[in-house]
Amino acid sequence: MTATDTHRAIEAVFRIEQARLIAGLARMVRDVGLAEELAQDALVVALEQWPRSGIPDRPGAWLMAAARNRAIDRLRRARLVERKHQELGRELEADAAAAAPDLDAALDDDIGDDLLRLMFTACHPVLTMEARVALTLRLLGGLTTEEIARGFLLPEATIAQRIVRAKRTLAEKRVPFEVPRGEALAERLGSVLGVIYLVFNEGYAATVGENWVRPQLCEEALRLGRILAELAPAQPEVHGLVALMEIQASRLKARVGPGGEPILLLDQDRGRWDRLLIRRGLAALERALALGGPPGPYLLQAEIAACHARAPRAADTDWARIAALYAALARLSPSPVVELNRAVAVAMAEGPAAGLALVDALVQQPALRGYHLLPGVRGDLLFKLGRLEEARAEFERAAALSRNEPERRLLLQRADACRPAR
Amino acid sequence: MRILGMLKADADTEAGKPPSKDLIERMGAFIEEVTKAGVIVATDGLHPSSRGKRVRLADGKFTVIDGPFTESKELVASYALFQVKTMDEAVHWTKRFLEVLGRGECELRPIFEAEHFSPEVLTPAERAREEATRRAMKRDAEPPPTRR
Repeated sequence: MTATDTHRAIEAVFRIEQARLIAGLARMVRDVGLAEELAQDALVVALEQWPRSGIPDRPGAWLMAAARNRAIDRLRRARLVERKHQELGRELEADAAAAAPDLDAALDDDIGDDLLRLMFTACHPVLTMEARVALTLRLLGGLTTEEIARGFLLPEATIAQRIVRAKRTLAEKRVPFEVPRGEALAERLGSVLGVIYLVFNEGYAATVGENWVRPQLCEEALRLGRILAELAPAQPEVHGLVALMEIQASRLKARVGPGGEPILLLDQDRGRWDRLLIRRGLAALERALALGGPPGPYLLQAEIAACHARAPRAADTDWARIAALYAALARLSPSPVVELNRAVAVAMAEGPAAGLALVDALVQQPALRGYHLLPGVRGDLLFKLGRLEEARAEFERAAALSRNEPERRLLLQRADACRPAR
Repeated sequence: MRILGMLKADADTEAGKPPSKDLIERMGAFIEEVTKAGVIVATDGLHPSSRGKRVRLADGKFTVIDGPFTESKELVASYALFQVKTMDEAVHWTKRFLEVLGRGECELRPIFEAEHFSPEVLTPAERAREEATRRAMKRDAEPPPTRR
């Protein structure tokens, strides 16, 4: 192996071990920022020693021991007199003196829990959503600041600042490093799932042919979701989110046309849907359903996605079921957007007149005033009912609201199609 | 990126020799660990080549041959489909897998995914257009999911 090969192999091991390493250290030193620094210190030592000694059999345990030693060094050098830190120092020294086999066993037992603690801490509601995303991608995803910045099309300095401030906020607010219990768990879990899904959508919205980090965001979100599913297997919403992401990801290659134009789900070539991901998504959905209980929003959205995934052709879609699912979703998290989607499903299931009745009720809602999909949907339903003049007006209104060139062109084409043939 | 890992067959796998209880246990623990890492998309074992067939087309003529096939070194005994950031990660997990087996050889091949093979640098105009499309799709993708 060349020096570069070894270096890359070490980097790969570190990427694999990093999150658990930081998590274990964070539990010990009770500070996520310090834990990350110690992990970096351990990597530096590994890069010095492993090219000579070879990569150890248990690299995770090796890195943890190296990080602990660095922690003790730091505390000694800082000559901290604060009692808490002295105690901590003594604890660390006592642990370091323990026999190595015990260290391995102890690590294995706690790692799952520590990783979960790290997820909940990085997604803590005291942080802004942007901070949670950046911190999660850094600490759990192992992405560099540059990769995160490119993923979100932001300057590197902005992301770096977000991460620094996030760590400082967690320290200042003395956020405990723990998995929430009881009633708090559901709400805090919602925050974790929200971060993961936001990362996924950021990657999903990317178009083909641009920088490679963007599809990586989808992969990263999926990976975090899958890990969370194993760490918290009794939480149906976790499996619901994983199911939703697997099924959505199955459409990644079908959603953009040759000219970079977005292709609506109903128009996609289903031969390009990844059936392996669909199978995984449906399996995750089964896990969620098997846990029972009233369905949460992610589970409902996953069920809707599954309805589409199961239909071999658009014409085979079970629209009645989708309409019912949107109705259930509306009861859980009511919003005009959910209502609009329900109207579309009702129109497909019961005919355009039924859908139009629902859409007309929505037109009054101030929240949907600038929402370009509303006139687009209304236009489509009017067109199907043969009310062409009204349809044309709606398509033109939708085109004016659209800020996306390919979409605007599509809407204007539809407006043109409403003109009487000469 | 996706990588297909293929474990090469040997005399034991070709003989359909069942694994020891100890191996089953250790492999189970390993599969659990690698699943918890979220890097395996699919994995399966293959029956020995005695249960397999080969189909060939040459000079306009089909030939179908029943196994077993003699060159066991070139046969596949099992596969794993990885979803990882780099080939090095797949190599690392494969080493851990082989450690459980005690010995063996795996071949790793990246799966062809066109988008990932052209990391282009965008011109400012392309970037602006891409950003506009991205924002629009993101708007439409916000929960609840749209029809895209």
